[in-house]
Order: sequence, then C-alpha cells, then structure tokens
Amino acid sequence: MKKTVKLTVNGTTYERDVEPRTLLVHFLRDELGLTGTHIGCDTSQCGACTVSVNGQSLKSCTAFAVQLQGAEVMTIEGLAKEGELHPIQQGFWEMHGLQCGYCTPGMIMQSVQLLDRNPNPTEEEIRRGIEGNLCRCTGYQNIVKSIQWAAQHKNQGQTEIPEASAPKVDPQPIAPVP
Amino acid sequence: MLAATGYVGSRIKRREDPRLVTGNGNFTDDFTPAGTVYLHMLRSPHAHAKILSINTDAARGMTGVLAIITGEDLKKELAGPIPGVPYGTISTVPAYYPITHDRARFVGNIVAAVVADTRANARDAAEAVVVEYEVLPVVLDMEKAHKGEPTLVHDEMANNLCTEIELGNDVTEAFNTAAVTVEARFVNQRLVPNALENRVALAQYHQGDESVTLYVTSQNPHIIRTLLSGQIGVAEHKIRVIAPDVGGGFGSKIPAYAEEVIACIASKKVRKPVKWTETRSESFVATTHGRDNIDYIRMSATKDGKITGLDIIAYCNMGAYMSLLGPSVAVLCGVIVPGPYAIPNVHFKAICVYTNTTPTDAYRGAGRPEATYMLERTMNMMADKLGMDPMELRRKNFIQPDQFPYFNVVALNYDCGNYEPAMDKALEIFGYQEMRKTQEEARKQGRYIGIGQSTYVEVCGLGPGSGMTISRGYDCAVVRAELTGKVTVFTGVAPHGQGQETTFAQIVADQFSIPIEDVTIKHGDTEMTPYGMGTYGSRGTAVGGGALMLAIDTVKEKAKKIAAFQMEANEEDVVFEGGKFTVKGAGGGKSISFQEVCLKAYIDPKMAPVIEPGLEATRYFEPGNFVYPFGTHLAAVEIEAETGDVKILKYVCVDDCGNQLNPMLVEGQIHGGLAQGIGQALFEEAVYDSSGQLVSGTLMDYALPTAAELPTFTLDHTVTPTKVNPLGVKGIGEAGTIASTPVIVNAVMDALKHLGIKDIQMPLRPEKIWKALNGGSNSSNSAGAREAVVERHFGEDNK
Repeated sequence: MKKTVKLTVNGTTYERDVEPRTLLVHFLRDELGLTGTHIGCDTSQCGACTVSVNGQSLKSCTAFAVQLQGAEVMTIEGLAKEGELHPIQQGFWEMHGLQCGYCTPGMIMQSVQLLDRNPNPTEEEIRRGIEGNLCRCTGYQNIVKSIQWAAQHKNQGQTEIPEASAPKVDPQPIAPVP
Repeated sequence: MLAATGYVGSRIKRREDPRLVTGNGNFTDDFTPAGTVYLHMLRSPHAHAKILSINTDAARGMTGVLAIITGEDLKKELAGPIPGVPYGTISTVPAYYPITHDRARFVGNIVAAVVADTRANARDAAEAVVVEYEVLPVVLDMEKAHKGEPTLVHDEMANNLCTEIELGNDVTEAFNTAAVTVEARFVNQRLVPNALENRVALAQYHQGDESVTLYVTSQNPHIIRTLLSGQIGVAEHKIRVIAPDVGGGFGSKIPAYAEEVIACIASKKVRKPVKWTETRSESFVATTHGRDNIDYIRMSATKDGKITGLDIIAYCNMGAYMSLLGPSVAVLCGVIVPGPYAIPNVHFKAICVYTNTTPTDAYRGAGRPEATYMLERTMNMMADKLGMDPMELRRKNFIQPDQFPYFNVVALNYDCGNYEPAMDKALEIFGYQEMRKTQEEARKQGRYIGIGQSTYVEVCGLGPGSGMTISRGYDCAVVRAELTGKVTVFTGVAPHGQGQETTFAQIVADQFSIPIEDVTIKHGDTEMTPYGMGTYGSRGTAVGGGALMLAIDTVKEKAKKIAAFQMEANEEDVVFEGGKFTVKGAGGGKSISFQEVCLKAYIDPKMAPVIEPGLEATRYFEPGNFVYPFGTHLAAVEIEAETGDVKILKYVCVDDCGNQLNPMLVEGQIHGGLAQGIGQALFEEAVYDSSGQLVSGTLMDYALPTAAELPTFTLDHTVTPTKVNPLGVKGIGEAGTIASTPVIVNAVMDALKHLGIKDIQMPLRPEKIWKALNGGSNSSNSAGAREAVVERHFGEDNK
C-alpha cells in the first residue's frame, strides 16, 4: 500500500514510505515536522501552504508527496540563510506585512517567486502576483509595501533587470500520480 | 505618559514577527505530543432531520479506529451543554449538545465523532457510520420564522423566537409631527468570518491527576476554561487551556465549541492526546457566522435637517442554537444605533429568531457594523429627500464637543468626542468638492462615479464593571521585575495578530526606562496568566493595557520603598526618573538604578525584617465606561457600465482612537478592518438554498477579497484621548470594519442615483448592478420596491 518517495527539502534528502494519498503539505508537516507550512483551506484557494518546488511556487495541498520523486523543495524554514533573513522576510518585518502570521509563510514563498520573475514589479503586478494567496488580517496594503521594500533592497547594487529580459522559468510539470 | 526612552508612540517593529516570518510560529496544529490520535466529526448533511438510527458496526471494525462516540454516548459523560448567554424577554436557552442525539438542526450539526490512529483512518471510518434520517421541513426565513411558521427549530421555543430586546424611548410623537421621514429595509447579509487558521483542539487527559490540558484556537482561554469545566465536569483548577499563536479570530474564536468538549471527553476515553483539526469546508458550517440581520428603519427630521427620531426593528438570525454571544450581538447593535448624532428620540427593537442554519455570534464589529450600516445609508436617503449634501446633514446633527459626556438615549454615555475636525480633515484629504466636479464631468461622458460617506462612532473596550450583558468587564496583568532587572509580564488578554507582545513591551520599557529587549510579554496560557477576559471588542489595549499600567505603578511603589531603604532616605524624597531612583531635596543626590533595586529586592538580607522579598504585582483594571472611537470615511467609486464592476478610485479615512502606542500597528488594524468591511459591501455572502444547504460553503464559492480587488487606502487621524483608561487609548480593531461597509454602498448608490436606482442589497456584485443598470429587477430585497412593506411593518409592529 505505501510507496517510497525520495526528495530533497531545504537541502536535506529524505526517503519515506507514505500512503499514496498523502498530500505534500501533510508530508512536510507530519512526516518531516516542518510545521512552518500552513494549511488554510481544502480547495487550493488560500495559498497558506505555498512552497517552492524546483524553483516554482506550488500550493503544497495540490500535489501528492509521491508525485515529487526527486524534487527539490524549499519551505519557509529554508529561506533564511545562516541566521540572515531573506530580504522578503525582512521586508515583511520592516513594513508590518503580517498580523496573525498564519498566511505569512505561504505569502512570503509566493513573493519570492514573484520577485525572482519580476525584480521590479509595479503595485498592480504585485497585487496580481499574490492574488492566489489570501490574508484576512492586513488588507494587503502592507504586504504590497513589504514586497516593494524587498524589491528595493534585493536589487541594491545590482543593475536593474528590465522586465522583458527577466529570467523565464521553464514550467516543469509535476509527475503524474503513480 | 511618554517617558525618556520614547518607545510609546513610535513605529516599533513587531517582536512577534521574527518567529512568524521564519516558519517558527507555534500554532495549535503545530503541536503533536507523542501518541496523539485524531478526531473526525460526522456532520449532518441535512438542515433539519430527525435521527432515526445510527449504525456504527462497520466503522468500529475499521483500521485504526479507537472510539466512536454518538450523541447518546456523549450525554453520559457530559456535565452540561454548550452555553449561550440569554438577554431580553426570554431566558430559556434550548440545550445545545456537542453531539446531537434527537434532531440535526443545521447542516454541519455533529451527529457522531470518530477517534482513530491517523487523520485519514478517522475520516474513512466516519464515512462508514450509517445514519438514518427523517428529513424535516426547514425554517430559513427570519421574518416568516416567528410569524406562524408551523415548523419549529426547537419544540419548546414558540414562534422560533429566541428573545426580544427593546431599548430607547417613545418615538411616536416624533414621527407624528415630523416634517420629513424616510423609511427603508436593509438586509445585512450573513458573513463567514474566515480567519486564515481554522479551529483546532488538542486535548490531553492526564490519568495521574485527573486533569485536562487543552490547546485550542481561542481568543479567550480563561473563559473557555471556566465554560469547559461546566461542560466536561472537571473542576476549573484541574483544567489548563493554552491558546498559543492563534491565526486570526475576528470573533469566531470567542465562543465555546462542541469540538473542544468532544476532544476532552475522547481523550479521557482513549487515554491518549486527541487532536481535531478543522478543514476549511468544515469551518464554513461548523464555525459561527456573523451579521445576518434584516433591519427596518425609519428616520424623522425637521425641514431644515435636524433629525428628530429614529426607529428600528431588527430581525437577528441566531442560527439553529444560541451561541455564546448570539443575542449580545443584537444588544451591541441597539446601543449604538444613534451613532454620532444628537437624536432626541430613539427606539430599537431586536427580534432574535432561530433558523436551521449555522449559529451566529460576534464577527469583527459585532452589532456595530449593522447599526452603522443602516444609520449611514438612511442618513444619505434623508439628505437626498431634504436636498442637502450628505456631509452637511451629518455636520448639522453631530453631538457637539460641549455636549460630552453625552447620553445617547438608548443606553450609552459617550465620554468624549470631537467629530467635526475628523470630518474636515477627511474632506480636505479626499478633495470632496473637486471630486464632486469630477463626478459631474464624468456623468456628462456617461461614466458613473459616486461618492460615499460614513461618519461613525463605535462602542468598544469591553467593558465597564457594570453595563455589560454578561458579567463585569475587566482585565488583568502581572508585572514581575526579575532579579536581574528584566521584566516579565503576564497578561490576561490573548492577542492573535493585534501585536500586544510589542505594544505592551513598549509601555513597560518606557515606564521603567529599560531597553525593550529586557521585556517579555506572556499570554494565552491559563496556568501562567491571571484571569483575563481575552481579546475581542477592541479591548486588548484599552482594558488589558490599563491593567498593565496599574501593575507597573504598584511595582514602582514597592521599588521606591526599596530604593529609599537602600539609600537611607525618606520614601517621599525619592523620585524615579530616567531609570534611576534619586533622592531629592536637602542632602539629596544619591541614586540607585532600577536594576540594582530589582537585585536588592530578591537578595538583600538587610531588608529581611523590613520589606517582603520579590518585586511583582497583580492588578485588575475595570474601566468605568466603554470607549468611543470615531471618524469619517470617504470613498469614490466608478461603476463600469458594461459589466457592473465596482472600482474603488479613492478611499480616505480619518479615525480617532485616542493616543496611538504604535501608529504602524494602528494602521495595520485599520487596513484589515477596511478589507473586511469592503468585503461585505462588495463580495462576501453566506448563501443558503431553500433546503438549508450552504451554497457558498468553500473558499471556491465564498468571495474573500484578494490583493487584486482592494485599493491602497489613505489614512489619517485626529487624537482625542479618553480618560476612561490610564493610556488614553480607545481601541482600533473594529473601526475599519464598522465604517467602511456603508461608505462603499453609499458611493455605489450615489453613482447610480441619477438613473433612478434607489437601492441594491449587499453584496454589490457586478451581476446585481448590471441587472439594475439594464432595467431588470435588481433584487427581490430592494427597499425601493418594497416601500409599502416597510410602512406596513412599522404600522403593525410598533404599537
């Protein structure tokens, strides 16, 4: 009944036997104890469970763990390097981009991808870019500011990458259910 | 109040955030003690049905199943039902059992509970439980429900009437002699609170000492502990309730709930920690809803625009059972219906009825948004009838600064207020006159721009020692100066996003002139914190902060005594300034630091016979009144004629919450409140079909606002401090929600007024507006179409 899945999460490779119906989000939380990734709904609307899979945002409630054979997953716990907050984490702290903090891990992971794809987004692009993530506390205004703060500070000392030549991400489909 | 260190009033970054932005938060579902097993609820798919039989045989034999509990099983273990607080004409509360055993009364009513080794096995087994139902007719329409509806939600509650609440004075004369009157019927639709974190209960029964630990998503762990004791029959001192990080509440995490009771009893039964984690779709039917009123309102005025009377009949939907504060929400509506206006005659009657729907309870604003919505909509209707600008009508009727303290006829004594400066500031920032010109120009081009207004006053900071429906209103704090000069605070409030770990630390750091890093604020654990009422009703800082100030004062008094002893000075000659106790006057000059005093307090043997060891105080603060924040909100919207879409062009608000401890956090609270109020105006609605199924029962169907749908808000403020509490703060958690709903609806109505469209009921979805624009019947609930109905209503019911 159980299937073996081997994947890398925040740089560590794990091999586990799981029920095929185990969702990635439950795998992260229950099997690996990475409780930073939250569950806010069961219809893939809220985005609280957003993680990065092979460099792309994924709502981790939309994939079974067994579909991620060999994948590189990054969760909120893997974002800060050597005690240094990622600019987006710092931005959320600086600009009061969170209140209860429940949507925050997913919101931050989605913002990471947003700025990876578009380092200098307009307000409109930010609002569109995070519309798959729901927040019930902030009214989004300070989340937008947080991402703007990160965009400014992330790009300090770098030449601005014009939007058109921003790196294109090759969408890599998730493996079919075995 | 400001001390040398100047933390208070500054935009200090939150101390909660480092753990929350790194995934190190401690939410209830993040805890899984060794041996934890899982609880799943089997819920009724019918809104009203008799339970004929429950067969659990097949389920009992399934993998991992440890226990199956039916309503009859649970009743044997139960000490009492889920409590509701009655108010008004009727004091009977029909029993709300955590698991129903006779009839299911709403979709989602728990019928059986399954405990198994894994979440999935519990769910599988629940599906194998066979329940035989006899489906009964449903009661859904509030107005019909209490007028001869043959079906009763509870057999013992005639006419499905939960209670009636009447406030105010006689308005008959005011209306008989009125020069101008307006009347309306407003539907304040049912909303689903949707805190991003669903509810979770993790219960652990300890066999050794027969005690219980409950981790739960609660806004008020102490109240939950008291109530739980009455439900599970374990004495209060043997129950520990912990609300760790809580992912938003908005009122929905105030009440006592069935699932936490079942989890505790199940844990005792299976002798393991039992965890229940709500899913979102489950939450839509299982967690309390908000609003759901039908309001009949009429207003009278003189020809020159002085309002003389206000009369309201409000139908309030309680749902299938009385949740903890069901009728109290109606009271909170009634007491504030006259708003910021000096209206001499005000009458309010609430008719609270049971229907076969999810129980309702407080949702951000709780009663005050309902009051403000109907009042502010009616103000604009009155202005139209008088041919006045809506802002002038408001200005003309404001309670004047020299009228405070002002008794609002219904119940409240507003302690202070100064409404015009906030209005003037908002008008200026908004550019009201210019926007009127823009509107006119746009109209010539066939574009529909509208301007909406709301001037509100709210009542919060629950609450005074007397004057609340339920109990005294207070909160508590323990301030402990540690031996090393650090300070630990234990507060009875239970912040879940409001940021009191930061604002309270700002206060403590300023008061003792110590670095903020030397302060820790603890909350949420009944074993650690004193009895507090929790966080709701914009009370955290207004009441909890008051308790903190009192406790700080008491610690300072003792510290001064110690300092005097150490410096061999008279206590009266010692002053505390800049973090030091200094001897003033002749022979003065000596000083001792706060940190040294802390050390001496705990270790100095010389003080042994004279001063008791330790440096700690527990104080309760019970304010003498509520607090009354106010403000003016303005918005401009444009309607896209082709689609009926509403675009918010500009939103300006000027709020007065008194002193601001941390403006950044104040703004955050307002932003969030605005989003929820605008959500009600434009998007959100809990829709039941004719059989009582919740049609908008998932986040796929219920339109929560996203970032793409909201504008950037422009905020400003005035400062009118209150003397009700030591900090001069008035609470800001709910203001945004209370003010914003009528602003948006007034703006849309203003945009469509010239087309003869009088009313569209919320939420103002594009489809409704498009239909109105294209001559279709815009809504069966339209007040415009039902003027006769409204008239008849006051005729019959108001004698």
